[in-house]
Amino acid sequence: MATIRLQREDFDAAAEAAALTRGRSDIGAVVTFTGICRGSEDGDPIAALTLEHFAEMAETEITRHVEDAQQRWALLGVTVVHRYGRITPGENIVLVVTASSHRGEAFAAAEFLMDFLKTRAPFWKQVESAKSKTWVEATAGDDAAAARWEKPRG
Amino acid sequence: MKIRYFAWVRERVGKTDEDIELPPDVTTVSDLMTWLAARGEEYAHAFENPKVIRAAIDRSHVRPEAAISGAREIAFFPPMTGG
Repeated sequence: MATIRLQREDFDAAAEAAALTRGRSDIGAVVTFTGICRGSEDGDPIAALTLEHFAEMAETEITRHVEDAQQRWALLGVTVVHRYGRITPGENIVLVVTASSHRGEAFAAAEFLMDFLKTRAPFWKQVESAKSKTWVEATAGDDAAAARWEKPRG
Repeated sequence: MKIRYFAWVRERVGKTDEDIELPPDVTTVSDLMTWLAARGEEYAHAFENPKVIRAAIDRSHVRPEAAISGAREIAFFPPMTGG
């Protein structure tokens, strides 16, 4: 019921969403989130991002969080695709697709999964500009976004 | 025990992984960082601020106080910036 892929190649968000719903009439909502490489970081133009990852652990961590999402919400399908390697501005980085009967579950689960991908999945972004290569620093905002899911719900 | 390094921890140490024989008094992740930091200039640089370094034992996130006995593989890396 879940598709998880780590890949160097680009992905087609529309095709991934269509694959989740094909031949089914129980799904009433599909949320598709795509993270895209920006052309500037803190106002400075960038040439590319290079994503390093810890492959075996990334697969395990993402699977664990997808299972957690499936426990929290009544999901009818989940797809997570995370790219690694060199990615230039305008290119896709990450895809989360969630499907459910009603929109609330799909929206919440997509946001939950993205918050965890940002802070717990072992990926590291390096920014390549004309002058230098620098590692992106983790932000307190991303930590806060992930932490709100740790509070008891309801 | 296999030790793996990622991102700027890897760059500073100058290798992706290595097999290390640990002395018996190194029992936690925190001990291991202190022990590694004393191995040379590049390690000292990598582990100069252990508070910012994250660790995983056998591919699961752990805290610095986690025991390392029985671990097959320990990884060190900066806070994650994926997504």
